[in-house]
Amino acid sequence: MTASGSAAAPATASVTTSPTVVTGLGIAAPNGLGTEDYWKATLAGESGLGPVTRFDATQYPSRIAGEVPGYTAEEHIPSRLMPQTDHMTRLALTAADWALADAGIDTGELPEYGIGVVTAASGGAVEFGQRELQNLWSKGKEYVSAYQSFAWFYAVNTGQISIRHKLRGPSGVLLTEQAGGIDSLGHARRHLRKGFSAVVAGGVDAAICPWGWVPQIASGLMSTADDPARAYLPFAAEARGYVPGEGGAILVLESAEAADRRGAGHRYGEIAGYAATLDPAPGSGRPAGLGRAIENALADAGLTAGDIDVVFADAAGVPDLDRAEAATLTALFGVRGVPVTAPKTMTGRLLAGGAALDVATALLALRDGVIPPTAHVTAPAPEHTIDLVTEAREADLRTALVLARGHGGFNAALVVRRAS
Amino acid sequence: MTTTSTATVTLADLTRMLRESAGEEEGIDLDGDVIDTPFMELGYDSLALLQVIGEIQREYGIEIPDDAVVDAETPGALLALINAGRQ
Repeated sequence: MTASGSAAAPATASVTTSPTVVTGLGIAAPNGLGTEDYWKATLAGESGLGPVTRFDATQYPSRIAGEVPGYTAEEHIPSRLMPQTDHMTRLALTAADWALADAGIDTGELPEYGIGVVTAASGGAVEFGQRELQNLWSKGKEYVSAYQSFAWFYAVNTGQISIRHKLRGPSGVLLTEQAGGIDSLGHARRHLRKGFSAVVAGGVDAAICPWGWVPQIASGLMSTADDPARAYLPFAAEARGYVPGEGGAILVLESAEAADRRGAGHRYGEIAGYAATLDPAPGSGRPAGLGRAIENALADAGLTAGDIDVVFADAAGVPDLDRAEAATLTALFGVRGVPVTAPKTMTGRLLAGGAALDVATALLALRDGVIPPTAHVTAPAPEHTIDLVTEAREADLRTALVLARGHGGFNAALVVRRAS
Repeated sequence: MTTTSTATVTLADLTRMLRESAGEEEGIDLDGDVIDTPFMELGYDSLALLQVIGEIQREYGIEIPDDAVVDAETPGALLALINAGRQ
């Protein structure tokens, strides 16, 4: 299976400056399966965090996760794909099905090479990979699935979505940890500007298995608290690390021109600005790159800080990282100068899926004029001079800024604007 | 799970293992007359065949040459190859 590659821009198309709009959403999250279930739970402050059930985590120091509830793969995934897909890929395929259906795109009616797929990934399908490695070590090579050849691969979600819907436009995968969900949308926008009509983008991740767990424990950033309501408290004085989760969002991006041409039913909003930066090496003394990512994304959108109506924070939940983010926001927006929220407190950090879900959430917030809350946190620590939204707040929202930082120094910022 | 049964592998055995190893294509009736239907038409690619051949080897404790994936284009041809190797 070729999971990444490129296709030439359609011969009839030329470079376009038409805005990039989002016309479809598909969401699989720990506090809701499907866009409206997720959104309802998120506005109500309902958390999906709880003790790990996907494997026996009792012997590990971290035992809380956000797991997608009520997902029966056989109801969503055809029989032929069951032996060759990990839980992660099944969730991604389901979210992609929903996103395309939501966009009302008949993939058979658009040019075969006109639609691309760009997703974010972190470690690939580690649960599938772990099982096959266990088969190899405990039983022998004859017991390793032939599908291991691609099922574990970090580009597998892109590949399977592309194959299932016959989307033969440019495809790719981005690995920038938590920043990947935003970077995939930025990269999708580049393809649209080259003249492709639509790109399926975003990220869905799932690594709640020992192989996915151990490297995160080694990072030292994971929470070891056992109370799901006290384990992940970004910006709080009691912040003690993050809780991981599974899931994410797949979005359908189109050039506004193409969406108009086919008579798209709705537009959630516009990807108005995007930028990514990389932190300098630790110890260099140079500043982290989050602020520069924000400034560049605002400039890309033709906006200034004063135009932003709400910020969806990266919200690491780690005191030093929270401090850096709050200080950056205060420097750019002023003391309590803009509402800041972290609905990921209800899902955990979703690795490559997290920022894509935050962008989807921001678009829903713009649609309905309401800022979803940061759950479990009653107030930010006094040192963080940010306006942290801890109860759902109605507001006339025109723009939202979504931030993400990926382990390893990745920063990404994306501005979405309400559909006009 | 390896057995050393010497019974002939039947089409029913093969379709059961195909379902287990590689699933079943929508709109295909594996219980129908598929003995001479090419695997490609049944929705199985070379990886699916590799997977089912692995299962046959484990279940029956036999060795099937790697070339079988290419040479055996139908269930009938694969069964002939498997059962010939067991005489």
